[in-house]
Amino acid sequence: MDFLDYAQMTTGQKIVYKIGAFFRGIPGAIGHLIAIIGNFFKSIFTTIGNGFVGYGSRFKNGDIGTKLSYIVMGAGNMMHKQFAKGILFLAAEVAYIVFMFSFGFVYISKIYCNGVDLGDGKGPINGAIGHVIQAAGADSSSGFVSGSFNKPVIDNSNNVLLFFVLTLIVTVAFFAIYIANTKSAYASQQLIERGKNPVGFFEEVKDFLDERFHITLLIIPSVLLLIFTVLPIIFTIFIAFTSYNKQADPNAEKIYWWVGFENFKEVFASTAGTSETFGKILVWTLVWAVFATFSNYILGIVLALMINKKTIKFKGFWRTAFVITAAVPQFVTLLVMRCLLFVDGPINQVITGLGGSAINFLGDMGGFWPRFTVIVVNMWVGIPYTMLISSGLLMNIPEDLYESARIDGANAFQQFTKITFPYIFFVTTPYLITTFVGNINNFNVIYYLTTGGPNPRGYTNGAGQTDLLVTWLYKLTVDQKDYNLGAVIGIIVFVICAAGSLITFNMSKASKNEEEFS
Amino acid sequence: MTNSNIGTMKTGYAQKRKAADIAIYIILSVMVVIWLFPIFWLVARSFDSDKVVAADHIIPRSWTLDNYIGLFSGDSEYSKWLLNTLIVAICSCVVSTLIILMISYAFSRLRFKSRKTFLNLGLILGMFPGFMSMTATYAIMSLFGLNKSLLGLIIVYAAGAGLGYQVSKGFFDTIPRSLDEAAKIDGATKNQIFWRIILPLSKPIVVYTALTTFLSPWGDYIFVNYFMKDETENWTIALGLYNMVVGNNITEQFTTFCAGAVLIAIPITILFIIMQRFYVAGVTGGAVKG
Repeated sequence: MDFLDYAQMTTGQKIVYKIGAFFRGIPGAIGHLIAIIGNFFKSIFTTIGNGFVGYGSRFKNGDIGTKLSYIVMGAGNMMHKQFAKGILFLAAEVAYIVFMFSFGFVYISKIYCNGVDLGDGKGPINGAIGHVIQAAGADSSSGFVSGSFNKPVIDNSNNVLLFFVLTLIVTVAFFAIYIANTKSAYASQQLIERGKNPVGFFEEVKDFLDERFHITLLIIPSVLLLIFTVLPIIFTIFIAFTSYNKQADPNAEKIYWWVGFENFKEVFASTAGTSETFGKILVWTLVWAVFATFSNYILGIVLALMINKKTIKFKGFWRTAFVITAAVPQFVTLLVMRCLLFVDGPINQVITGLGGSAINFLGDMGGFWPRFTVIVVNMWVGIPYTMLISSGLLMNIPEDLYESARIDGANAFQQFTKITFPYIFFVTTPYLITTFVGNINNFNVIYYLTTGGPNPRGYTNGAGQTDLLVTWLYKLTVDQKDYNLGAVIGIIVFVICAAGSLITFNMSKASKNEEEFS
Repeated sequence: MTNSNIGTMKTGYAQKRKAADIAIYIILSVMVVIWLFPIFWLVARSFDSDKVVAADHIIPRSWTLDNYIGLFSGDSEYSKWLLNTLIVAICSCVVSTLIILMISYAFSRLRFKSRKTFLNLGLILGMFPGFMSMTATYAIMSLFGLNKSLLGLIIVYAAGAGLGYQVSKGFFDTIPRSLDEAAKIDGATKNQIFWRIILPLSKPIVVYTALTTFLSPWGDYIFVNYFMKDETENWTIALGLYNMVVGNNITEQFTTFCAGAVLIAIPITILFIIMQRFYVAGVTGGAVKG
């Protein structure tokens, strides 16, 4: 269909056409997803590559100052009359060298130590993270021992790994500054060659409030993110390849070491029951996410339709009643539900009072009741939210769509399936996928209600029947102290969420129409 | 077709419609009862002098304010938790809002090299489970001596907030670019455009960001539990209330829990009801107007 055909359609037909186009586009979207992942890595490598563009030619065409700045940072700027800038570059280089010699190299050398003997009779370990220096007398080669004369000095593997990652990050940052230094030297050289004055220091500083304002805005958040998000994530990814668990815990003066893919092997293909538990939890996580997402979504829309039906009165009352339940903090309502559904709780009191037998809603070992209960309670928690969101959307549907449908003889059910539902589904698809990913990560509902339990036979590593991957990750880290297995689960959750979120981001209006208003 | 025929058709249609409406009224009423019952139960039991969870009554036989008084007297640490949560919420709200606005403004209104790379990196980082790297964060905090302290908690929340820029970026995207350009022609720097033009136009999103960042520490259990462990005096409200109803504590402290929960639920509920339209606009990416 070309544009003329499209332009001649009525509003109703246009919307129907667009909705049809959306569904026809789904296979394309999946292909696009693969392209996005490829593009992402491409963009990272191009950014790195961009740093090297002209690296050689700048050196070739550079004067003595520019050439010197390839070794002594800031030399070019200083020889091109930009003293303040030159001194800053030089200071950065000196600081980096001091940092590396007093700190960085120490931890790089400790990241893979061979022949480390913990003295616990298990013999020397290869690939340990950190050294053990035996006490004087026990090992004469190690020499000086500070503090105690009897106990060996054991490096804290956590600190070694942390500082190693920190050294990596500092090195990458320094490298960026280094490239900027060569560019800056060459730029000022070119200005002088063209007979102009190099940019003054204060003008350049002023530029950080204008053309380079993005650097000013992003520098503080980036540093915070680097230290408290990126560094921990890289650290945790490394942990997935180590032996860090309760037997090798630096907090208990132990050392851990690299084990390669052992932990992944234990999660995916162990005989000890871990992989069996993982399989069960993975299946339940997906089942939970599907039920929790769609039950809330469909029933929430039905509720919104009932409240917004033209002939229904007291709309404000119905809406407010449900919004109140959504407004009460979630952990409060969840804990109240926990008390209500308690095995000796009020609901069971009523059931036994009516002559039934009490149901252990949250702790039944059979496996059905706890799972059923968390899904139902999640509906109680989530339906008002969907109602709130889809109410607004329902009012946005053009009235003439229904008008023309009625004239064509469509009944209420047909109007719902042909107009209302496709329209809402079209607008809320990104929301639906975000909710799905959110449910995979839904820690609160599970943890506040059942704490992941009950824990029958067939579940190892502290897992229980209602545990999701994320609650299991929490238990592995906090209760079981199997930090390495926790890290593996974290990576798996990341992979699942990444696939989901990339589809969302791809389809979402925000990313497509980013420039629409520009 | 005669007039009388049309008349009977009309009444038939009206009757059918009425029956449907009555059915809807019944369904809605039942649902409202189900949805409001737990909240009603919570409020009622908070005034009950009978401490048993499974009491055989909903409306208290003897009303009392003892549960509320108990929160603030004796060895109860409730007021301490309340104060802690308030401090953490206010500080992390101020810092996080600033960070989020700065990031989203830079990504939305400014065009620079490697912008796409940073956007993608932000997206990727946001997909790791937030508490997956908790062990490392805790180790870093220990190095600074900030583990088991409220300051450490504030830093963790504020640093994590940086990744929640999507909603406000979406909002900034909708402000016409011609405004920036006009100001630029008048000689305004990008710094001035941010503070004097864009921010005043963005009150709704500033309110939304501030409210969401203020509310999130109230419900957080994961980080508080891991950071504070047994340091009960540094707990926040969610952890404190959770511990009142877990295990055997529930038999002793159930009605105290109800009172504590009601007290903090009131202000938060009011806040949410006020900001619900911002919430809807945020979730649907501005697809809903109003």
